[in-house]
Amino acid sequence: MSNKTKTTARPNYVSTTNACKLCTPLGASLAFRGVEGAIPFLHGSQGCATYMRRYIISHFREPVDIASSALGEKNAIYGGGPNLKKGILNVMKKYEPALVGVATTCLTETIGDDVPMNIKEFRAEFGEDLDLPELVQVSTPSYNGTHTDGWHGAVRSLVEQLCTTKADAAHRVNILPNMISCEDVRHLKDICRDFGIDATILPDISETLDGPSLEDYVKIPSGGTPIEGIKTMSGSKGTIEFGRCLPKETGGSSLEAAFGVKNHRIGLPMGLRESDRLFEALEDISGTPMPRRYELERGRLVDAYVDGHKYIFGKRAVVYGEEDLVVGLCAFLAEIGVDVVLAGTGARNKGLDEAIAAVTNGVARIAPEVREGVDFHDIAAEAETLAPDILIGHSKGYRYAKAWGVPLVRVGFPIHDRFGGQRTRHIGYGGTLNLFDRVVNAFIEKKQADSSIGYGYI
Amino acid sequence: MSTTILEERKDQIHRTGEGAIDIACNRESLAGAVSQRACVFCGSRVVLYPIADALHLVHGPIGCAVYTWDIRGSLSSGPEIHRLSFSTDLQETDVIFGGEKKLEAALDELIDRHDPEAAFVYSTCIVGLIGDDLEAVCRKMSEKKGIPVLPVMSEGFKGSKRAGYEAACNAMFRLIGTGSTEDISPVSVNIFGDFNLAGEIWIIREYFEKMGVQVVANVTGDGRVNDIARCHGAGLNLVQCSGATLHLAQLMEDKFGIPFERVSYLGIEDMADSLYKVADFFKDKDPGIVERTQKLVKEELEKLIPELARYRRDLEGKKVAMYVGGSFKAFSLVKAFRHLGMQVVLVGSQTGTKEDYAELAQITDPGTVIIDDANPLELSHFIKELDVDVFVGGVKERPIAFKLGVGFCDHNHERKEALEGFKGMLNFAREIHSSAMSPVWQFAPRRASRIAAAKKEAVNE
Ligand code: SF4
Ligand code: SF4
Repeated sequence: MSNKTKTTARPNYVSTTNACKLCTPLGASLAFRGVEGAIPFLHGSQGCATYMRRYIISHFREPVDIASSALGEKNAIYGGGPNLKKGILNVMKKYEPALVGVATTCLTETIGDDVPMNIKEFRAEFGEDLDLPELVQVSTPSYNGTHTDGWHGAVRSLVEQLCTTKADAAHRVNILPNMISCEDVRHLKDICRDFGIDATILPDISETLDGPSLEDYVKIPSGGTPIEGIKTMSGSKGTIEFGRCLPKETGGSSLEAAFGVKNHRIGLPMGLRESDRLFEALEDISGTPMPRRYELERGRLVDAYVDGHKYIFGKRAVVYGEEDLVVGLCAFLAEIGVDVVLAGTGARNKGLDEAIAAVTNGVARIAPEVREGVDFHDIAAEAETLAPDILIGHSKGYRYAKAWGVPLVRVGFPIHDRFGGQRTRHIGYGGTLNLFDRVVNAFIEKKQADSSIGYGYI
Repeated sequence: MSTTILEERKDQIHRTGEGAIDIACNRESLAGAVSQRACVFCGSRVVLYPIADALHLVHGPIGCAVYTWDIRGSLSSGPEIHRLSFSTDLQETDVIFGGEKKLEAALDELIDRHDPEAAFVYSTCIVGLIGDDLEAVCRKMSEKKGIPVLPVMSEGFKGSKRAGYEAACNAMFRLIGTGSTEDISPVSVNIFGDFNLAGEIWIIREYFEKMGVQVVANVTGDGRVNDIARCHGAGLNLVQCSGATLHLAQLMEDKFGIPFERVSYLGIEDMADSLYKVADFFKDKDPGIVERTQKLVKEELEKLIPELARYRRDLEGKKVAMYVGGSFKAFSLVKAFRHLGMQVVLVGSQTGTKEDYAELAQITDPGTVIIDDANPLELSHFIKELDVDVFVGGVKERPIAFKLGVGFCDHNHERKEALEGFKGMLNFAREIHSSAMSPVWQFAPRRASRIAAAKKEAVNE
């Protein structure tokens, strides 16, 4: 069994066809949306904010207000600072936010707007007369990363710019959960509650991007990580951050460096073993053993693995999407005997191959082709020879799955052609069980549909 | 200090009947106001995207291309290159050293791979900044590849969507006049400004065929490069709705002397009027055309009217608000809703002009709110104040309506039901009906409490 994955650099990279990634400020906007009372603000021209809103709305089916400094031609030449300030003032007037999360766009990065300085000036100009919201900024040029970089960058900015003093020690854990679904966040909260430990989950999109039907249009949805919670992360007993492909410096690492809060970096808890790590970390930090409820969940997961193994053994999967989601999926698929023949992400230089090797070593039957910086054109070109039986990733792979006549199991973001992307559970034993059922059923459904007889019993 | 309507936006809102209308419009969106508007690039992309046998390459960082990947259901009866999303995906080094080389290489690769009839190259904000010479690269690649490679100067920050329409028209205008006009009937039209959402252009073409009118080019829904290249041979240009392609019609009138008519295929009157306009225009060349048109309209209406009446029974008196991209569409919709017995209480648009708004003030009932470049807070404010039953808008408006427990009809680029033509009117009525009459609204908190209160009152009485 080989444990070294094969990586090939993409030859002659010139253009993308049907990209498998999104742009940086989108990730930052999503992360800012997970803070209580916050409004994301894109410093750039109007189009970017509108496009991203549209894109996010189609997944979450929630109103998503993202402000923009709406730069025009003159601002592009003379600098966007004045519009940024005016924009923040207008947002304050209309939304009364507790926090404005300012992310740059390609435009303002290229013209070289100094946002930290603009914000400093803004504070000096208006701080005396007005009750200013927290202002957090992050630099997010899209020609330099993908939406996941924007997400992690925003999380780190929130931590570094808000949590600046050592808080009193408390029986609390910080969790930086990466780009998981609203339902995943809810699940995490339950887990922490059952462990009897307070958790600061940053960001917490469980309510802000999946809210109830309402009497009134709320300007900023309720929920989100409380700002006070972020400010006191320095007093927590430890931080758990999800992701094996994270940048070197993250919110978690900076809390460790500045305040000595121990950082537990684990993968996205998908599959049995990666979920075990989450529970181990929680046991470690809380000093409480795993509650029985999760022991049972774990046991049911193993039971399901056994019940379903024959339907899926040796099937060939193509997996794509956010780098850490791809790693998590590989960890899970390795455990159930599905061979990942191609694992791809649109991002670059994430160490995807090592991360996948680490979670599949000794379990997976084959080492997958690992591709960073792919688009769907590349995936399609590879898949011809790889002959997959299933695709697992977000809904943008639909046209390929359709063309190849194989099922697509939709996970992650965005899911634009199905309901409930925000309510899909992916993590922990429970989330894995969910995924397992969906994968097995996808094969059974296909078999049933393809069969001329049809089986009533499986 | 919270306010729903910012002082600086007050003159962009008007109520019919309350004094003379003088809406401020066509101005830049206010910073921080969360405008529903997009950018110049968006305008160009929207117009050109449906040309199905062309390569559409977005020169810029990845986002601009990703967010516009196959977002509208512009159907094609043949090739489908348009449904793929191509981008030069600029990286930092390109931004520093310029992206021309990469653009060239991308065109080289993609044209070989897809063999398109033409290529459109869209410039985005960043390209405008780094100063790539799109024109030069396109010229060079045109020569090398033997197909038209057309720059679309659509840097996002250079204005609103409207400026993008113009950029798109300018790009297309370079094609026009390059094809052969042989075998084009004198009784012929080009369909401008229809994007074949959900196959709508096929409905309209069928009407024209029945009238004996040849359709030379669809510009741009289900469009083909070669049709556009020879569309200067047509007798008349028909420009629909908000005039995304109005500029092109004007250019063609100036250069080729082809007249144009503004039309709308939405609703009963406007659809019929549009067909009669065409019949009228060609009646000297084809004396039978008026009669054929009358027959066609009569037959369609005989089918349609009784069916509409069934929906009207339920919908009578319900209130509608609409927020659309171009305002021309709003005129037709106001009339269409009258056929359903519904009352329009708010009309807004992203890019209306003074004249558009003046006309809206003419055709709407007193008290109707007219609004330019609205945003979520304003829209939700009016939905509540006016107690709207159905909202008509696009994807970004949908969750606002739904959150407040209000029915919604997608009348934007993303619609999946054909709403044009007589057939479309029926689909439209059906869709409005199925949303307005759904039992789900009684459970939405905004209505649920009202229903509960009404019940209580009934018990007390
Ligand atoms: S310009 Fe940059 S930030 Fe804006 S949409 Fe394009 S890629 Fe995203
Ligand atoms: S970068 Fe410019 S062109 Fe691209 S979406 Fe943003 S505003 Fe539009």
